[in-house]
Amino acid sequence: MIRRAPRSLAEHAPILFPALMLIVFFVIPFSLMIAVSVARRVPGGFYEPDFVFANYERFLTAFFGGVLAFSLELAGLVAVLAVGVAFPFTYRLARLPRAAQVRWLVFLLSILSLSEVIIGFAWSTLLSRTAGITNLFVALGLMAEAQSLTPSFGALLAGMVYQAFPYTVLVLYPALARLDPSLVEAARTLGSSPVRAFFTVVVPALRSTIVATLIMAFVFALGSYLLPQLLGRPQHWTLSVLITDQAIYQSNMPFAAAMAVFLVLVSLALVALALLAGRRKEEA
Amino acid sequence: MSALVLDGLTKRYGSFVAVHGASLRIPHGRFVCLLGPSGCGKTTLLRMIAGLEEPSGGRLSIDDRDITDTPAHKREFGMVFQSLALFPHLTAGENIAYPLRIRGASSAEQRRRAGELLELVRLPGAADRPVSKLSGGQRQRVAIARALALEPKLFLLDEPLSALDAKLREAMQIELKQLQRRLGVTTIVVTHDQREAMTMADMVVVMSQGRIHQAAPPMEVYRRPADAFVADFIGLTNLLDGAVAAPGVVAVPGGTLALPDLPPQGRVLLSIRPEDVLLRPTGEAGPNRLHGTLSFVRDLGASVEFRVDVAGTEIIALARPQDRPAVEPGGAVTVELPASACVVLPPGGERPS
Repeated sequence: MIRRAPRSLAEHAPILFPALMLIVFFVIPFSLMIAVSVARRVPGGFYEPDFVFANYERFLTAFFGGVLAFSLELAGLVAVLAVGVAFPFTYRLARLPRAAQVRWLVFLLSILSLSEVIIGFAWSTLLSRTAGITNLFVALGLMAEAQSLTPSFGALLAGMVYQAFPYTVLVLYPALARLDPSLVEAARTLGSSPVRAFFTVVVPALRSTIVATLIMAFVFALGSYLLPQLLGRPQHWTLSVLITDQAIYQSNMPFAAAMAVFLVLVSLALVALALLAGRRKEEA
Repeated sequence: MSALVLDGLTKRYGSFVAVHGASLRIPHGRFVCLLGPSGCGKTTLLRMIAGLEEPSGGRLSIDDRDITDTPAHKREFGMVFQSLALFPHLTAGENIAYPLRIRGASSAEQRRRAGELLELVRLPGAADRPVSKLSGGQRQRVAIARALALEPKLFLLDEPLSALDAKLREAMQIELKQLQRRLGVTTIVVTHDQREAMTMADMVVVMSQGRIHQAAPPMEVYRRPADAFVADFIGLTNLLDGAVAAPGVVAVPGGTLALPDLPPQGRVLLSIRPEDVLLRPTGEAGPNRLHGTLSFVRDLGASVEFRVDVAGTEIIALARPQDRPAVEPGGAVTVELPASACVVLPPGGERPS
């Protein structure tokens, strides 16, 4: 194939449509948000255009810093747990007979159709004192009396990992299905037990897929704002919860916009950092 | 004497029998080729020996030690896979040192041994090259070196050369044979290429439809095939249907042949190699002569191939160019089938398609 720079307008045409979509659905809304983030709030009213950094200054307090740090930590933890559970699961799934694989994938896709609200209430029921899983433990004699496991950090983590899990499996599946099964067999003939072969061959051979999936799950978890309110205590509320609170209940659009812009920038920086670290290791 | 012994190894997948009671004794230091058309069960048999497939029946032992239930990672056999299965995240040297790493060898020891093995497969200095930067032949050598890193008791190769072009394949066959002779390691290679098997093996195991037809040295397989399948699969042969007419005499289309080793009565199948069929002056009398018409002649360079129609049966003869008789297609010819070159086989049986 000969590659050369496109000359006429017609040759540029194929890129026009995606460029247009990107502008309409990303550049314009994000620019608007940046514009709003430097606007001045009118107390009791809405906001008027301006160019002030007061919203960003307000953000640089210990409270918002702590919320930001917690949000990033939570998203990171969810990503690691989801990939940690989904990777071995998908590895086994990709080795099942075709019909069984299809059944599992359909089942996972059907979980995707559940809304965040339903997932949140399902988990809070499951972890509640009156109808929850602890009643089962009591019946089995494992616990003295039923207790409530929600709201708590553990409940929040469980709900968010549950929500991220099917996405993670679907992202990992193509790479794991394509993996040459003789790689593991080779490792076995060279003296690795199946578990050892998994960790010394399968995981490192798919390192870039794992990094990409971690980033996907991280970004996905960062946007969650319903589950922290349903399954967590107020100290477990993420930045997304605060943004919603400011934008909808406090009518402080400029501050909400400033937080959102900051969140986007921080997560972009983290993703770039992860990619950079991955590339450096590849070169070494 | 140490040996690998297969005792009735069987593999079933549901109702399909992939390997049907394979029994074989492979003495130490032999080079064995499992040869057969695709789907004949040769790869399944090799994988059972490696421990990658669980046999449905039969036993497997090495040096009188039963290893039927030993998992693959405890057998300490080296194996080269058809896809080579080099680890993409490791360099050539790290691939070779992988089994040493698993056993906890120091990194200095790993580097030293990887260097040695690369030397052995004539690829010195490639230790730090990523696998993706190697050519097909170089990958082949890395895969062989990795399989030999632990000085295995058994060296297994599953169609190792099938990905290489014809010229490189021939060179690697000779090199592999020399390497095996130098190391003295018992080696089993799966191949569907009979030339490859004849080049490398001390013992050729001919398989078809899950059964072993014959296990013998290459020339014996060629000269004394056990049945029609082996005779036809290895090289080119003429197969003639015959019936015993009198003691030591068999009736074939177009005449009778006097042969030793004939059964007292009944039908037989005769196999004779084209290069053993002799062309005689037309009408010459003598034992084992058949008269027919020349239907086709072609020059193959080193030899000339004649196809002779004898009472409706085609007999192929190969002659040296200087022995070419002055007969045009359509003319009468006489062929001699020397008794010593005719192999008497049981009638019927499966033939390669």
